[in-house]
Amino acid sequence: MTLFFLIAAALTIVGTAAAMSLRNPIHCILSLTLGLVGLAVLYLQLGAQFVGFTQVLVYVGAVAILAVFAIMMTRSAGSPQQPAFSRSWLSGSAVAVVVFAVLAWAISSALPSTKIVPPQPAVSVNQIGDALMHKFALPLEIIGLLLTAALIGAVIVAMPERRETP
Amino acid sequence: MSPLNAYLLLSALLFSIGLAGVLTRRNAILVLIGIELMLNAANLNFIAFWRYGPNPAALTGIMFAIFSIAIAAAEAAVGLGIILAVYRHTKTTDLDQLNSMKG
Repeated sequence: MTLFFLIAAALTIVGTAAAMSLRNPIHCILSLTLGLVGLAVLYLQLGAQFVGFTQVLVYVGAVAILAVFAIMMTRSAGSPQQPAFSRSWLSGSAVAVVVFAVLAWAISSALPSTKIVPPQPAVSVNQIGDALMHKFALPLEIIGLLLTAALIGAVIVAMPERRETP
Repeated sequence: MSPLNAYLLLSALLFSIGLAGVLTRRNAILVLIGIELMLNAANLNFIAFWRYGPNPAALTGIMFAIFSIAIAAAEAAVGLGIILAVYRHTKTTDLDQLNSMKG
C-alpha cells in the first residue's frame, strides 16, 4: 500500500465517478479518459507494462474518441432541459451499493491477509509475443476473426439503410 | 490490508460505479461506457491476481486481459454502431423514451 497506489486509485475512482455522474456527456467522456489513464498507471505499477500501454492506446485513444464521435453525431450533448438520470435512479444506485457491499464483504472475509509480497515479475514484450505466437496462437486467430467480423458488422449496422423501391 | 485486497477492493468499487452508471443514466452512450468500466474492473482483477498469484511466469493473467481488451473494443464499436442506427430511427438516445422495439 504505497502512496503511488493511493494516488492512482484516487485518480481512477474520481475520474470514473465523475464520468458516471456529470450532466454533460462530453464532460463525462473527458473525465472517463482521466479515470482510464489512472487505471493504466495501476497496470504499470503492477508490472504489466504491455497491458498498461494497450489500455492507453485502446481505451484513451480509440474508445473515448469513438464515444465522443457518437455523442456529437447523435446531438445528445446539447439537451440540458432533460434530466441526466433515469426515473429509477434511486433503485439503480441502491443495487450498485448493495453489490459493492457484498463484494467488499467477500473480499475482506475470504482472503487471508498475508503481507508477503512476491517479487515483481519481469515480463518483456518479447515474452508476450512469444506466448501469443506459440501457446496462445489459436485464441489470437479467433480474436482476429472476431475483430474483423465486428468491424464489418459495425459498419453495416451504422450504414444508412436504403429502401429498395420496386 | 494486503496489496491484493486493496486492488480487489478498488476493482469492486470500479465495478459498482460502472453498474450504477448502467442502471441510472438515461443516455445510451453513457450506459455503454458504464459497461466498459465494468469490463475494466474485471481486467484489473486479472492483472492483480497475475501479479500476486503463485505462478506469474505463465502469463495467463496478462493474456486474458489483452484478449478482454480486444473483445471490449469490438463491443464498443458494435454498440456505438447500434446506437447510431437506433438514433437514426427514433431521433433520440434517451433510454427512458426508447420503450418500443418496433422501429
